[in-house]
Amino acid sequence: MKTSLQRYLLLWDTSRRSFVLALRSLWLHKLRSFLSVLGIIIGTVSVIMLMSFGEGSMRDALDDIKRQGATNVIVTSTKPPDDASSGRRVMILNYGLTYEDYEQLLLLDTIVGSVPMRMFRQEIRNLHRMHNGRVVGTTAAYENVNRIELVDGRFLNDSDEADEPGDDNEMRNVCVLGADVAEALFPFQSAVGQTIVLNKHHFVVVGVLKERSPLTNAGGVADDYNSDVYIPLRTCRGRYGERIFIRQSGSRTGEQVELHQITLTISDMEKVRDAGEFARAVLKRRHGFKKDWTVTVPLDRLEEAKRAKARYMMLLAVIAGISLVVGGIGIMNIMLATVTERTREIGIRRALGAKRWDITQQFLIEAIVQTTVGGTLGTLFGVSLVFLFPWLLALFRVTLPAQLNVESIFLSMGASLSVGVFFGLYPAFRASRLDPIEALRHD
Amino acid sequence: MPPVVRIEHLTKHYFLESVTVRALCDVSLTVEQGEFVALMGPSGSGKSTLLNLLGCLDRPTDGTYILGDDDISHMDDDRLSEVRSRYLGFIFQSYNLLPQYTVVENIEVPLLYQGCRITEKTRQRCIQLAELVGLGERLDHRPMQLSGGQQQRVAIARALVNDPHVILADEPTGNLDSRTSEEIMQMLIRLNEAGKTIIMVTHENDIAAWAKRVIRMRDGQIETDDRNTEPRIVQDVSSAFVSALNSLLSEAIQ
Repeated sequence: MKTSLQRYLLLWDTSRRSFVLALRSLWLHKLRSFLSVLGIIIGTVSVIMLMSFGEGSMRDALDDIKRQGATNVIVTSTKPPDDASSGRRVMILNYGLTYEDYEQLLLLDTIVGSVPMRMFRQEIRNLHRMHNGRVVGTTAAYENVNRIELVDGRFLNDSDEADEPGDDNEMRNVCVLGADVAEALFPFQSAVGQTIVLNKHHFVVVGVLKERSPLTNAGGVADDYNSDVYIPLRTCRGRYGERIFIRQSGSRTGEQVELHQITLTISDMEKVRDAGEFARAVLKRRHGFKKDWTVTVPLDRLEEAKRAKARYMMLLAVIAGISLVVGGIGIMNIMLATVTERTREIGIRRALGAKRWDITQQFLIEAIVQTTVGGTLGTLFGVSLVFLFPWLLALFRVTLPAQLNVESIFLSMGASLSVGVFFGLYPAFRASRLDPIEALRHD
Repeated sequence: MPPVVRIEHLTKHYFLESVTVRALCDVSLTVEQGEFVALMGPSGSGKSTLLNLLGCLDRPTDGTYILGDDDISHMDDDRLSEVRSRYLGFIFQSYNLLPQYTVVENIEVPLLYQGCRITEKTRQRCIQLAELVGLGERLDHRPMQLSGGQQQRVAIARALVNDPHVILADEPTGNLDSRTSEEIMQMLIRLNEAGKTIIMVTHENDIAAWAKRVIRMRDGQIETDDRNTEPRIVQDVSSAFVSALNSLLSEAIQ
């Protein structure tokens, strides 16, 4: 009687032989094997690439939200839909958040920071140079809440006490430029200390911001912060008044908006949702049916993005599954052809004493070796594409966020292995059921 | 000494769609250790069916077959495979070597399925067998690179590697020219001299003339069963070959 160790060694021996044999016949029919595992290769490549690009763009989106601040509540003014029923042409639209709204919102005790903002498009001039940008009237708190980084000078400053000196309290004509504005107006010199003209008013540049990546705002539009000019809110009120006129293709429309956006920073992530609810309640009470405001809680979007990611991954898994099944059918097809082609070999082996299981095992291992080799090739190819693709696209100034998803490697390798087992089983079984006499006669 | 092969009232019917083909009807036969039997007969006489049954590739419809000490008639497929790998050696008309294997690897195949591990020792034995049949120079050649006669000699070495009770040869010279046939037959005679039992199917009288016993079949039955009183003999039965073979096989791995 054989001991279990001997039996184990024997199994190891025969599997190894089948493995070597499989590799040999793979090598013998290089082109055919390549074509038959092409499905598997494409399958694994697509799984790895899609998962990696999915992971990359999802990470970008999450970063976006994190930059908006997970502890922030963002309240924005929105233009109410045109009241078509009234039929009256309104020259000046009056809507949005007011200073009073702002003060009411500040009553919430979990607020640790707040930034009111006014924003409108404006030509920014310095002598003959001009840049179409956006003027943002805000307070010094903007710097901390939005994690501003400066390359030169300082941001707007001011003090909590109304009588202390500061940009805002003294209604100074100072401004901080976004990176693109500074580049456009002062290409050959430092902007700090220079003067720019906004709507006939002169402003002294006190700082220049580092380039900021665009952020998808509540409306789904990417804000380009680099064309911003930041001025003190009070200065803004003083110089512009409450009405802002916009020239647009010959016609003039005006709007009267006190504040375009209020960003509230809440002390604790746990309390952000409650704060959002509070803001909604306050504004509902104060604005009634006039729906000219929106409350965005980035934290909600974080959750939403996480759910979207889960859905996306599910979809990818389905695609991967389909492509691997298609690949598996290719393997099964070629294995069935191989079994027919090698019927005589099967007959010889059976005559020389191979049991049915020996034949099954031989062809099964061959199928597994094929799919695993295919899976490995696909993985290598896919991983290199993940690194190569963004680099290639960068040459055309297209950014593609890619983050190698390690799970996808294990997933696709495991999947190609099991595809080999699953789709190799039937051909192997067929091979083992051949009648030795018939098989020997086959040519 | 008990007979190596004992078959009693062996019957084999093939059931095709509507007809029953009686390939073998009530055949009884005993083959002693060391015999060299030639099975002859026209096509359809049942000689191939008998050989398949003797080779455990098929199961009889009725009757008993005792090979050595084992009753084969009712064994399942796995047990039959085991019997083939341990007690039988096959030589085919078309050699039937595995094209992707080298000479030595082809000789090893029966050991593989016998459930013994391929070690340096077994490898050495296969090399010695290859040398014995005169292929010492071509150990790493593949069947495609060998002539018909050389391939058949590889097949003979392969049939010997498990030291079988019986060597079954199915028209071993059918694909060979007369000179090479002669060589192959001389080799079989030497094996027989060394004590191997050989059962050979042939339809050539020339070839059957080498055997010590000639069985003629017709319509699924044994027609004649004669002792060949003057079998052709090898002029130079080299005792060196016989003793080399015997010493090789005596250290057979079981």
